[in-house]
Amino acid sequence: MTETSARPDGTASPAALEVDAPLVTEILTGFVREEVRKVGFERGVVGLSGGIDSALTLALVCRALGPENAIPVIMPYRASSPASERDARLVAAQLGATPLVVDISPQIDAYFAASPDTDRNRRGNKMARERMSILYDISLARGALVVGTSNKTELLLGYGTIHGDMAHALNPLGDLYKTQVFALARHLGLPAAVIEKAPSADLWEGQSDEDELGFEYAAVDLLLHHMVDERRTRAELRALGFADGFVDQIRRRVRDSQYKRRPPLIAKLSNRTIDRDFRYPRDWGH
Amino acid sequence: MVTTAESAAGASGILPEPAAEPGAAPEGPRTAIVVALAQLAPRLGDLRANLARHLELLGEAAGQGADLVVFPELSLTGYFLKDLVTDSAVRLDGPELAALADASRDVDAVVGCIVESDDHRFHNAAVYLAGGAIVHVHRKVYLPTYGLFDEARDLAAGSRFRAFEAPLRSAAPSRPWRVGILICEDLWHPSSAYLLARDGVDLIVCPSASPGRGVGSGSALGTAQSYDVITRTYAQLFTTYLAYCNRVGYEDGVNFWGGSRVVDPEGHLDGEPAGREEAMPLHRLDLGALRRARIANPMLRDERHDIVDAEAHRLRRRDRD
Repeated sequence: MTETSARPDGTASPAALEVDAPLVTEILTGFVREEVRKVGFERGVVGLSGGIDSALTLALVCRALGPENAIPVIMPYRASSPASERDARLVAAQLGATPLVVDISPQIDAYFAASPDTDRNRRGNKMARERMSILYDISLARGALVVGTSNKTELLLGYGTIHGDMAHALNPLGDLYKTQVFALARHLGLPAAVIEKAPSADLWEGQSDEDELGFEYAAVDLLLHHMVDERRTRAELRALGFADGFVDQIRRRVRDSQYKRRPPLIAKLSNRTIDRDFRYPRDWGH
Repeated sequence: MVTTAESAAGASGILPEPAAEPGAAPEGPRTAIVVALAQLAPRLGDLRANLARHLELLGEAAGQGADLVVFPELSLTGYFLKDLVTDSAVRLDGPELAALADASRDVDAVVGCIVESDDHRFHNAAVYLAGGAIVHVHRKVYLPTYGLFDEARDLAAGSRFRAFEAPLRSAAPSRPWRVGILICEDLWHPSSAYLLARDGVDLIVCPSASPGRGVGSGSALGTAQSYDVITRTYAQLFTTYLAYCNRVGYEDGVNFWGGSRVVDPEGHLDGEPAGREEAMPLHRLDLGALRRARIANPMLRDERHDIVDAEAHRLRRRDRD
């Protein structure tokens, strides 16, 4: 245990999630720059929602490749909050990147025209995948790699759409919990409007991450840190102040969303099956 | 580093006897060597490109007056090779090491590569080349296979730690330098450094491919802090020089943090460690400083190897029971 990971009474302290923001910025900037350039690209494309994850991702891409090589894409649906687009434009303007705006309402409405009663989860997933397909089209059109915005909290909880926002070439934020995303965003001076508003996927009106998840990021991040990173036992988690019910709930979410974090299963037949015993690094030759 | 190296041998002490103190006379044999740490980012699985880069840097270092160039672990291949291990391997009598041996006529070199043996085992090796030939091969003993590491899946482990006389012929030193090589994880086992010290090592060379991780609040990466403690502790306790050459760059999202450095026999860093970018700092190492450190702190003289042997013998008997 580090000195700061628990309070004097033995319960978990938010200090356990503190990161060295300048160091993390340096590592992530280098990550984007090198992993983009060594495969022969110069540009990165980022879906910009107006939220904090995509704002931070765009900031890193701008630092790594220059704002002229960063392509923010704002993709509102007609029911999206106007504040989201406004905040997205604010972020792009602050970073000096020129955004593309693609309204996804026509294709979403056309698809669901025959089934107007479709529930909001299906609609939300469809929108996330529509946006993914636009980013990949721009990727080819502009010679830019798709840089994803999923953080470690949502990846572990499965709080994302597989083949939607979870599909991208590179992910700079995937090893940072949401709490740490906030810290890094503050360090990089992103607009207060983006940092201070309640996190939301904005897939339907009034959506809030924390309402939908049923817990606060600050609490779940602290638990995930002790459960996943530190591999604490149940007794240790209890001593750190995490209720058994909360631990069970999160453990189940992590387990049940494991499929989202893995490539599709391949039925094994030969002696060298891709990703099982045909194992090559992705940066092969780079 | 060369620009900040301690003052010339013989400048310290009261009433030195110039004729009796090795290295004191300016016209006497050279006691110092210059070591270059070639902190580079290899291309993963691209032997040809990496070999060309090695030859280029060897020429550059020789031109700057280096006597020895240390490259990082697996500098000819990159680190996270997985199935590329077998495709990226070289043989000790193969053309890649022959080209490097040829370049070693001008400057000694420690290069990292996968060496395939006659019976087709693949070792993570560091090869010391000098004067047109291979002088020594260290095969990594401790293959980390935990966390993000998977070395023992693809590689065979070495089984010896040996110090050897380094030619360093371009330096014409007053006496031969004894060099020992430990590759990355080998350094995390103090017994390996102890054995080299017992074998008379003057300079431990540690080629490394250390992935950066641990970004909690503080001033450095967790891994960098660990290596800082280990390198300075070993150099001080074994009163030896330690040259640590880590790589930089990224492989599949993993960063390598650089921080290459030379630690002197009193445990002090020679200048600042290198940063996270490609670099080739030069360091001046002096047998005079080694001598002074061992006079001031004669732990090696006083080391009770007989007790180590007796207790190891007893423990071995106990473990067999």
